[in-house]
Amino acid sequence: MPTKLLLNNEHIPGINTLQVYRNNGGYASVEKALKQMTPEAIVEEVKISGLRGRGGAGFPTGMKWSFLAKPAGVPRYLVCNADESEPGTFKDRYLMEKIPHLLVEGMITSSYALGCNTAYIYIRGEYFYVSRILENAIAEAYAAGYLGSNILGTGYNLNLYVQVGGGAYICGEETALLESLEGKRGNPRIKPPFPAIAGLYGCPTVVNNVETIAAVVPIVNNGGEAYSKIGIGKSTGTKLISASGHINKPGVYEIELGIPVEEFIYSDSYCGGIRNGKQLKAVVAGGSSVPVLPTELILKTAAGQPRLMSYESLSEGGFQTGTMLGSGGFIVMDEDTSIVKNLYTFTRFYHHESCGQCSPCREGTGWMEKIMHKILDGHGTLKDVDLLWDIQSKIEGKTICPLGEAAAWPVAAAIRHFRHEFEAYVMQPSSIKDVKHYYRLNNIEPIPA
Amino acid sequence: MLNNLNIMNNEIKFSAEALAIVKQMISRYPDGKQKSALLPVLHLAQAEFDGWLSVPVMDYVASLLSIKPIEVYEVASFYSMYNLKPVGKCTLEVCRTSSCWLMGAEDIVRHIQNRLGIKDGQTSSDGMFTLKTVECLGSCGTAPMLQCGAKYHENLTLEKVDELLDKLATDNKRTTYLDIV
Repeated sequence: MPTKLLLNNEHIPGINTLQVYRNNGGYASVEKALKQMTPEAIVEEVKISGLRGRGGAGFPTGMKWSFLAKPAGVPRYLVCNADESEPGTFKDRYLMEKIPHLLVEGMITSSYALGCNTAYIYIRGEYFYVSRILENAIAEAYAAGYLGSNILGTGYNLNLYVQVGGGAYICGEETALLESLEGKRGNPRIKPPFPAIAGLYGCPTVVNNVETIAAVVPIVNNGGEAYSKIGIGKSTGTKLISASGHINKPGVYEIELGIPVEEFIYSDSYCGGIRNGKQLKAVVAGGSSVPVLPTELILKTAAGQPRLMSYESLSEGGFQTGTMLGSGGFIVMDEDTSIVKNLYTFTRFYHHESCGQCSPCREGTGWMEKIMHKILDGHGTLKDVDLLWDIQSKIEGKTICPLGEAAAWPVAAAIRHFRHEFEAYVMQPSSIKDVKHYYRLNNIEPIPA
Repeated sequence: MLNNLNIMNNEIKFSAEALAIVKQMISRYPDGKQKSALLPVLHLAQAEFDGWLSVPVMDYVASLLSIKPIEVYEVASFYSMYNLKPVGKCTLEVCRTSSCWLMGAEDIVRHIQNRLGIKDGQTSSDGMFTLKTVECLGSCGTAPMLQCGAKYHENLTLEKVDELLDKLATDNKRTTYLDIV
């Protein structure tokens, strides 16, 4: 029986309501934290648990929490990052839709640990209907005395609000998110200062992903020690994986970190194998930003060891032969997939989503999309492949926020592992069933970039 | 321009219910930080004023939040969910990023284009539908998909698209992100 900490009650009818949620052990962490624990003790448990940020970066949550400045008389804020926009990722939406009270509970317990009296859940605008589900859950929590003034008679006060965004991938970057929450364009801030010192309204702020906040609930309930024993090495606990693409059973799976990638893809408990009896070609293991890996490198490391679903194993070999766990957006491609065409959708995505502040990203993403379009259109040359490589190498590390890297990495990986496909497009353009050709045949204008 | 002038002649003002929501939204933030309500208020304005944000509407929002009009324009033009031009009653936002492409988003787009006789970004001649291709909407496991108003239509087939378009045309109602689904 696989270990589940977050989704163990997902199939109980009515688990989205406070009553059913509470009947199944819900809000125990709030009772325990507020009545029996000091804020410092909770931070310590989170440190012991080894929990790492589930949004993609994998930074230790307890450490992030301990950086929070606590000047007297200045409010502190907890902001939940529910701006889930990384292509291939839909786990937070699933969690919030199915068990909204788990996030609300985690927000209360975490806010208490950080000494915040106001907290916000910033959710992407497209998830408007999910924001209503959260608002209903929050209203229930207020009515039951878990939010508002003097929570459970302990004297602790907390107000929790949901904020909807306007449709911008960049707002998943924490400082862009804070700008957006302040009613501005989502332009990432130059760091330092980090949000822990100067975040929302210039006050100390912690920004955590939905899944990270939810994981605080079992950590407080069972202790950090128990959580740290689940998983493998420094990849403790469970992780929600969003599985999509050419598999028999797409969906959100909670896995214990450390299970083999091969098991995850082929076991009927998870993806259930490649659909239509096809062969596996490649996997993007952690959302669009992480390097794509061909079958031989995703199932086994370059050293021949089985590749595991963990932060360390997926990144083994660096970017030469490895990838990253990232957000857990697991996109599977079968043998008939064009890596070049898939990369085109990524380059178009990053060009659309670049905020435009930094020249290398603003111009580079545009150039990469144009060159990809040219190659797919049958007008590419071998020099274009080299030019793509050159451009991506000049974005990485030269921008204010990591969107630059996120745009560069998939391009580098696709060329690194599938250069022959790019060359085939260039050498035999007549064989390409490309974007423009496809639309021209159907007498339709191509989709503008 | 004519469009804006027409709106200017009719007074732009939120309904009493909408104004109450705006007031409640502003109360979520510390004193003096009412600008934080800008994104939610713009969603409300778009839903109230025919699905798009004209300059007079944005100026009205600026006055409500006591901020400069430029602060509204720069935000409305940054985020992809705000329409700065009139749109049809129902905007069909078809996702086309990786997983959706793998599962056939192009066929969905092509089918809608052929059926409605419009290209991406255009509105059908009866003013009913606008087609907008968009980037990842977080529905990768249920691809291909499209969003119309608040609702996600997932695991699409061409037949399902036809059924949806028929139903939307029969209902003949404006869909918004604020719809309860």
